[in-house]
Amino acid sequence: MEAVNVYAARILEKQEYFKPGHRACQGCAEALAVRLVAKALGRNVIVASATGCMEIISSPLPFTNWDVPWIHVAFENAAAVLSGAEAAYKALARKGRIRNRGTVFLGMGGDGATTDIGFQALSGAFERGHDFLYVCYDNEAYMNTGIQRSSSTPFGASTTTSPAGKKIPGQVTWKKNMAEIAVAHNVPYVATACASYPFDLMEKVQKAARTPGPAYVHILSVCPTGWRVPPSKAIWIGRLAVETGVFPLFEVVDGRYRITVEVPELRPVEEYLRPQGRFRHLTPEITAQIQERVNFEYRKLVAKTQFTF
Amino acid sequence: MGKRVGIEVSIAAADAVASANVDVVAAYPITPQTHIVEHLSELVNNGELDAEFIPVESEHSAMSVCCGSSAAGARTFTCTSSQGLALMNEIVFIAPGLRLPIVMILANRSLSGPLSIWNDHTDVMSIRDCGWIQVFAETGQEVYDHVLFSFRVAEDPAVSLPVILNMDGFILTHVIEPIEYWEPGQVKRYLPDFKPVNALDPDHPTTVGAFGLPGIYSEAKKAQDEALIHSKPHILKAWEELGQVVGRHYKPVETHLTEGAETVFLTMGSIGQTVAMAVEALRDRGEPAGLVKLRLWRPFPFEELRQALRGAKRVIVIDRAISYGGTGGPVASEVRSALYGEEHMPAVTNFICGLAGRDVTPEDYIAMYQRSLEMTQGKVGQEDFVFYGVRE
Repeated sequence: MEAVNVYAARILEKQEYFKPGHRACQGCAEALAVRLVAKALGRNVIVASATGCMEIISSPLPFTNWDVPWIHVAFENAAAVLSGAEAAYKALARKGRIRNRGTVFLGMGGDGATTDIGFQALSGAFERGHDFLYVCYDNEAYMNTGIQRSSSTPFGASTTTSPAGKKIPGQVTWKKNMAEIAVAHNVPYVATACASYPFDLMEKVQKAARTPGPAYVHILSVCPTGWRVPPSKAIWIGRLAVETGVFPLFEVVDGRYRITVEVPELRPVEEYLRPQGRFRHLTPEITAQIQERVNFEYRKLVAKTQFTF
Repeated sequence: MGKRVGIEVSIAAADAVASANVDVVAAYPITPQTHIVEHLSELVNNGELDAEFIPVESEHSAMSVCCGSSAAGARTFTCTSSQGLALMNEIVFIAPGLRLPIVMILANRSLSGPLSIWNDHTDVMSIRDCGWIQVFAETGQEVYDHVLFSFRVAEDPAVSLPVILNMDGFILTHVIEPIEYWEPGQVKRYLPDFKPVNALDPDHPTTVGAFGLPGIYSEAKKAQDEALIHSKPHILKAWEELGQVVGRHYKPVETHLTEGAETVFLTMGSIGQTVAMAVEALRDRGEPAGLVKLRLWRPFPFEELRQALRGAKRVIVIDRAISYGGTGGPVASEVRSALYGEEHMPAVTNFICGLAGRDVTPEDYIAMYQRSLEMTQGKVGQEDFVFYGVRE
């Protein structure tokens, strides 16, 4: 395999498969991530999408931004729909009705569709071992319906259903760690990524697609609208998430952990929290609590990378 | 002619699915559907059926897998019952909107609560308006024949809609009946290979399941309704050709002793046989009774039903489901609509009975016949519908 960051100009196609003209908000880092994933996978792919921002902005009948076969059925079932398409191709190829040409089966959903309502369907598809890649575009709330909290919303964040109130200061639970849950399913390839690191993201997506059996990539997707940051700052915020250790970039291959974007010294989480309107209400005490949790989780991750077996 | 065997109807139904050379089966176990999917997984694991059997984690995923599989161009089957149907409800409504020719057997069972595993039609009536073609089988042979019929109709490029084949739980699923199997040559003659109108194919990218803004949603839904209405000639043709291939002839509406009948029972599913016994006994006593059996539920066969009931003075509609707070049973309200404005419109009396597998005998139907005569002659209060045989 060639490293995308070194040979990007040579290995990446000029062709886009998630076409321009979609209706996402300005500065949407999720739409950018979708474009990078589509570009990394190329033409030979079938996509099953959950209901959500990316579905709404890309498929208003009779228009489409998709230049690859794409199906949307409902909110919570992208992994199951994809299981069906994958099984169909397997059966039809075995029976000689289609040519087996290594088509990639890509499932996609937001954090709500993945960590909440579609959790069961995804767990079932992981367990059954279909040959597919599922990408979660995590913008840390139900943005499509107006910024309601999900189980992927970070501690302290103010959303429309976890508002920063006089008594309760925003989200009171810690973000569900979906990548670790995928690892617990013995999914052979699991990774985290962020559109602020495009080559790292594309390399992981290509690697995931080449992995036989299920693969899972969890992409932190900055949402300027929901996070209350200027559209021009989306990439910068994504970088801060990684540099503060809030969202480390790593991969887990057959249970072996590796941090792919090393951060020699973590910046204080305050640098990540302060620019975002959703954290504006946080007291120094809550910020300290978050800092403590980030340090702990990061140490745990580093310890896992050092574990040999 | 195929061999005639004594076999449990569920096993025969699964064998019929296998004889259709199905590509993908996705199912979650629920009583009384289990024997069908158990037998299919057995056929797959023994190498007798070359298909992918997907043992999903819920019925919601069963129907979702079916959508993905059918959209990718595979002949697709699932099977469920009652709560399973209720759980997959959301996706049941989407499949016809995407014009996916999935075939589903519904082993009819009551909906909870209280929880019951036994037979009635409350499950299927909850999805009356889901947009699928819906047929009811009366016997094991009808189930077997209609599996092949369902694939044939669903996958007809002029139809391209999913089909539900209703078979009564236990009363059909768990009984042994003599069933004539089709020869492979007959299946081949009757059921062509599935050639999807649109399939998910990287060489020909299509967007399936787009988002409908108010400016286009009504147009999309009207087109869907027209597709269902216009499926009828193709359904009739599929029955006609089935008759040519195996010599059994089916119609959307079947009649039994309706010649000169003044009071006509109307049934769906396996109780048609019990009611037929009652009607024959009434005829022996000189009572002008008859029986009409509705096989095609959607698209609703308005013309055939009006024709079958022409000349009748009253219709006794047997419903096996309730429209709570409404006008009684869902079949009766449909029949009333079909007859409304007809010249010499017959009186419609409605009995709700046989819920959750409660036995209803020919004697009971004869009692309903008497009650119907009284009701329509004004001897009893003007009841719209009667819960028959309920202890008070």
